[in-house]
Amino acid sequence: MDRPVGESWQPAALRLALRPLARAFLPEAAAFTEPDWQAMAELVGGTLAGKPPRLLRQLGLFVRIIGLLALLRHRRRLGTIPDHQLRTLLESLERSPLLLIRRGVWGLRTLVFMGYYTRPEAAVAIGYRATAAGWEARR
Amino acid sequence: MITTKHYDVIIVGSGAGGGTVAAALVPLVAAGMKVLVLEKGPRFRQEDFTGREREMASALYADSGGFLTADGTMTLAFAEGYGGSTLVYTGTSLIAPERVINHWGVPGLTFGDVQARSRKYMAENNVHLLADELINENNRLFVAGARAAGFHPEQFPLNLRGCRGSSLCNLGCPNLAKQGTHQVQLPAAEQAGVEVVTRARVDQLEERALRVTVTARQSGEKGAEADWPAGSYRLTAGTIVLAGGVLGTIPLLLTSGLRLPAMLGRGFTCHPAHILVAEHPHEITNDVGHPKSYYVDRAEAEGFVLETCMYFPFTTAKNLTGFGPAHSALMRAYPRLQMILVLACDKASDGNTIGMSGGKPVVNYQFSRETIQALVRATRASARIFFGAGALRVHAPSADPTLIEARDAGRVDQLVDVRHFLPGRISVSAAHLMGGCAMGRTPADSVTDGWGRVHGHPWLRVADASLFPDSLEINPYLTVMALADRVAEGVRTDVGGTT
Repeated sequence: MDRPVGESWQPAALRLALRPLARAFLPEAAAFTEPDWQAMAELVGGTLAGKPPRLLRQLGLFVRIIGLLALLRHRRRLGTIPDHQLRTLLESLERSPLLLIRRGVWGLRTLVFMGYYTRPEAAVAIGYRATAAGWEARR
Repeated sequence: MITTKHYDVIIVGSGAGGGTVAAALVPLVAAGMKVLVLEKGPRFRQEDFTGREREMASALYADSGGFLTADGTMTLAFAEGYGGSTLVYTGTSLIAPERVINHWGVPGLTFGDVQARSRKYMAENNVHLLADELINENNRLFVAGARAAGFHPEQFPLNLRGCRGSSLCNLGCPNLAKQGTHQVQLPAAEQAGVEVVTRARVDQLEERALRVTVTARQSGEKGAEADWPAGSYRLTAGTIVLAGGVLGTIPLLLTSGLRLPAMLGRGFTCHPAHILVAEHPHEITNDVGHPKSYYVDRAEAEGFVLETCMYFPFTTAKNLTGFGPAHSALMRAYPRLQMILVLACDKASDGNTIGMSGGKPVVNYQFSRETIQALVRATRASARIFFGAGALRVHAPSADPTLIEARDAGRVDQLVDVRHFLPGRISVSAAHLMGGCAMGRTPADSVTDGWGRVHGHPWLRVADASLFPDSLEINPYLTVMALADRVAEGVRTDVGGTT
């Protein structure tokens, strides 16, 4: 069972499910260390801190719906579902005929990507090297 | 306590519109009049521009660049700070197409006038073509691929001075190379006596008056201190010029209580855009050098424009469709990625509007069938360009699967299709916010006259992209400056009796 990351940010449903969701969206997360998870939680929690309560409620409800679907389809809770099964579930939701569902998946993946790809470690991992020195640094 | 002050002219906003008006009103200051610019954001200092994506997006952009339309299917990017969105553009400087100005049909606004004023600012802002040795491979591949695919690539005139090729334009240039209003018009205006107050949020527009809150710089926050003491102000003026951009100006007007034309907030357009990427077999220079040096203009024939671009890790990740191993593999190919921005030339329609809800601006925007078709055509064209440049595979948001291999290059038209364009799944973003205060003839068909004067309120003018009666179909900043120059001329005539 995954431990939730971070202490208190909202929505709680996402805080509790951040690890399995992140691993489904982002294969790199399978190799995350505890400090990596803390960094992601801080970035995601920090981003959500200024969001309207209504949006946070919707996000929390959406995560609970994903949990319910995982239970119905795979008889697994979000904390124990294998990454590939959760990814398949999310891929099906991403193509839902309902805009709200598609938007929900887009929002969750965007948060997870923000919690990883804005970190300097991710820039190194993908080979992103832009600096103020521009051409001088490359020649 | 509320501090009261009086000015002859107050300009709200300091971007391409407000900054231009400020500089163009210097003759009024020389004649003894008081001109004030109010800017919601701070004055950024060179050391503030770190190039770090999250930090800069949070400091520069409203909602960190993630302002969503009402149905959540498109993000809108616009900046707040001394210089407005000129802080974060790439400096692409194109004169409005003659057919667009003619289509607008604004009384008294001719192509010749827009062209002459645009040229004035091209000279003032050092607009030129980048030297060939400063063009990176991301741009060179676009040129080669476009020619191979039968398109006509053109080089963007750019307003740069001392560009070192950081590629960080959209996060604010760390070398201050872009000649935006923060570098040219505003400093000149201030030197001549125009007063600029940053961290000044306009809360309410009243008849010839503004209610303003100035906030102090918080500890750890980027930017200089506010120019005035923190507090509440009531500022009166003979003339007020609104130049806060579409999502600054229109909310102020909507909440003003003034009797305004029914067209206010209607006719919003934004050039909805996708980011497309392709993977090459070898590394290319893509995150060094000016990112946006070339374009293909298919606006008139096919309703789209293709532009070179190169975005930062998170922006790239967000804009690729999907997730999981395929997404991750593409991100890890970053040093081999070529990137194209496709923009649809959307048309003003009654349904796409700016409104207010719960005291906050709301953008109601639906992708029309024509806009979706234009994005799909643009995606097909980009795929042909990528493959023409030798790409191994192309990521196309409106294809299923989204990754098209080179062996399928001949099937691009089948693979990329409108039926795969799923709003909410595909990332669509826009940075060219236009319309909502259209210029025109009467209050029945517009909000302002051809000089940006709000119908029925001769003391009130608009000087930003919200004046556009319809999509501009090119990058807008130079046209905003040209129109702002007209607005300033109108103010000079009204206030100072001088042109």
